[in-house]
Amino acid sequence: MAADEKEPYTSFLEHKGSHHGIWSWLMSTDHKKIGLMYFYVIAAFFFIGATLGVLMRTELIAQGETIMGPQTYNGFFTVHGIIMIFIIVIPGLSVIFGNFFLPILIGARDVAFPKLNLLSFYLFVTGALLAVISQFTGDGPPDTGWSFYVPYSVKSATNVIFALTAAFILGFSSILTGLNFIVTTHRMRAPGMTFFRMPLFPWSIYATAWIQVLATPIIGITLLMVIAERVFNIGFFDPALGGDPVLYQHLFWIYSHPAVYIMILPAMGVVTEIFPTFSQKPVFGYVAIAISSLAIAFIGYFVWGHHMFTSGTSYLSRLFFSLLTFLVAVPSAIKVFNWLSTMYGGSIDLKPPLLYAIGFIFLFAIGGFTGLIQGALATNIQVHDTSFVVAHFHYIIFGGMGFAAFAGIHYWFPKMFGKMYNIKIANIAFAIIFTGFNFLYFPQLIIGIQGMPRRYFDYLPQFTPGQVVSSIGAYILVTGLLMMLINLLYAGRKGAKASANPWHGVTLEWKIPSPPPVENFDTLPEITGRPYNFDENLKNN
Amino acid sequence: MKNTDTHGSGYAVYAIVLVVLLVLTTLSVVITSVHLGAFTVGFALLIAVIKVGAVISFFMHLRSENRFLKLAVAGVFTLYGLVVVITFIDYLFR
Amino acid sequence: MSKHDVHMEHIDRDTGKLGMWIFLFTEMFLFGGLFLVYAVFRNGHSEDFHAAADDLNTFIGTMNTVFLLTSSLTVAMAISAVQKNDNVLAFRLVIITLLLATLFMADKYIEWSHEFRSGIYPGSQVLKNMPHGELLFFGLYFMMTGLHALHVFIGMILLTVSLIKIRKGNINYEHYLLFENSGLYWHLVDLIWIFLFPLLYLVT
Repeated sequence: MAADEKEPYTSFLEHKGSHHGIWSWLMSTDHKKIGLMYFYVIAAFFFIGATLGVLMRTELIAQGETIMGPQTYNGFFTVHGIIMIFIIVIPGLSVIFGNFFLPILIGARDVAFPKLNLLSFYLFVTGALLAVISQFTGDGPPDTGWSFYVPYSVKSATNVIFALTAAFILGFSSILTGLNFIVTTHRMRAPGMTFFRMPLFPWSIYATAWIQVLATPIIGITLLMVIAERVFNIGFFDPALGGDPVLYQHLFWIYSHPAVYIMILPAMGVVTEIFPTFSQKPVFGYVAIAISSLAIAFIGYFVWGHHMFTSGTSYLSRLFFSLLTFLVAVPSAIKVFNWLSTMYGGSIDLKPPLLYAIGFIFLFAIGGFTGLIQGALATNIQVHDTSFVVAHFHYIIFGGMGFAAFAGIHYWFPKMFGKMYNIKIANIAFAIIFTGFNFLYFPQLIIGIQGMPRRYFDYLPQFTPGQVVSSIGAYILVTGLLMMLINLLYAGRKGAKASANPWHGVTLEWKIPSPPPVENFDTLPEITGRPYNFDENLKNN
Repeated sequence: MKNTDTHGSGYAVYAIVLVVLLVLTTLSVVITSVHLGAFTVGFALLIAVIKVGAVISFFMHLRSENRFLKLAVAGVFTLYGLVVVITFIDYLFR
Repeated sequence: MSKHDVHMEHIDRDTGKLGMWIFLFTEMFLFGGLFLVYAVFRNGHSEDFHAAADDLNTFIGTMNTVFLLTSSLTVAMAISAVQKNDNVLAFRLVIITLLLATLFMADKYIEWSHEFRSGIYPGSQVLKNMPHGELLFFGLYFMMTGLHALHVFIGMILLTVSLIKIRKGNINYEHYLLFENSGLYWHLVDLIWIFLFPLLYLVT
């Protein structure tokens, strides 16, 4: 149980099971290996998605056709969205860090259903491959946008059914992962670890898992309905047959709004682990953060109509959704307050995880405020379907969840791989990424208000300065991302050996060696109090 | 193996539940052939809800399960009901 | 020896059951999407829905309800039998359950063939000539009963696997999680039909 490197042990990376070579990974039901397999696949897809983004920004750097025509551009933003949303940000932090660290943080040896966990991974890879294949078969890559709005998704001659099937399979993977994590949290906690003695990352994974389980089926059935429209002309969404396209929007967003909370809750959980460690101080308002996670998950079910304010829904319904949208911002704001209060008066150590976590707060706040602007009925009309919306969700998803992901990677890298990266280069990469990010997205807020539509490959002359700055920002951002990637890849191969607890954390993962042994703990820990107790660190100092 | 009873219900209890379910089924068929206007659907659905409750409580043993599971089942139905109601805030007030 | 080297891990019964219940929640929401569509279109086309539902055979629908309800009884009894170490009785009860399921599927086949022969199927010209509400009703009818029938089929597979294991003694009074979970899945199939039946057949 003590992180004693003098004692020889077999790390999970070196463990020899009944399979050999690559099969020891591909057939592994070890949550840590599964987490890392997800990590590698998702990282690869992230760079594909980012490349698509950079190419789109290159198209937009000048008016008219720059490197691609309109049909190609429509295909690009569709697949960029499908990859980023269904393959990266929805599964992302749950399947990578949830898999790797949920069992460890609750003092368990693995998840409740390890074989189901591996099945989830294979479903994920299948869905991801189908999404890729959809680009190269049939009558052309889908051009409907990742939201597959009817009637165009029914009429478009492109390869829509492939993409819908890919999304369906990815959704099934998400459901099984969520199921696994709920049962794990209920049944596998170490002796003495009540719910209110769990760290806050498991809380966020738990809240997220409920959304995965209860919202994803709705998109599943909706995608099946669109397939039924395309293949059988079933009529649900076809006005000529009495169907209702707005009903599709309801169904789509009944899932896809809670989906954004699937994206952000684990991200909030990650930074909630980082702030106490790098302030050497307990989390401020532990219970408030735990309850807020559940509140966000719950209230998040009732705001979906704010994506439809201009679709012709009833006034009463618009009022309702606007009100609930403002309400759901409250628990998020509570968390921001609590994170800042955690740092206040603490012994701050500005290492890369903390830099990314602070960047997260800043960018997430901008994303949140711009969300409120969209949530207000009157201003929504001005900004709906403009670059303002694009910038908003990139601030939240990329600036929020993305930066939290980078924070988590830099936090847990030494634990997962037993190696440490170059801190200075990581810090420089952070600065470049942060700078590039804001140059990329802030102008889009401005030109959006000024009327620049989203999903357009061309634009009016007055938007050129903003578009140019934004595209330059993309190049700066990508430079930073590459620097971060290379730094981490190098560390993975040739980095200095990391100790069990390089950051002086106090949660369970820091009490086991880096990398962890296969069974996580020699003896299961006995928990006697709330987490984030830094007294032991004060004693040792 | 705490929290769950390993002895199930007796066969007799199950049989009684089935009889009740069949009676309710007959009732719903008969009631809907009588024209009660808008209430016909309401009655049929109410009977369906009772039947579902019986199957869940007795055949699926929710009665003898732990409190969390009972809460979760109730919560799932409630959440779904809210989603339907909220959707109708749009459709009923256009 | 690592936990991960053990191939036939026995999952704790409460853990396995909780997992199955959560899976059932996802199935409820899956069908829930279709019920929502039904509600919206019924609200907008109530007379057409009445007219279309008249085309359905209430007697067959009622028989199917009886079959599924009874099959829920037999599977619940079968699990009790296993708990009481009576695999012979359990085996027979599961056979009866599968028989009732087959009758259900046979009925469905009869209904659907009748409808197809009358030119009623998604995308058909006959449907296009009907009022919109009736077309939507039949679209929902086929999708809902079709998806349900798929689940009946999956349930039958689970029960057949259980049947074989009961015969072999792999399912017994000490280890019957797979069978218990298959039973839960089967009851879900019944639950969905309990709602489908009045909404599709009793709309008069």
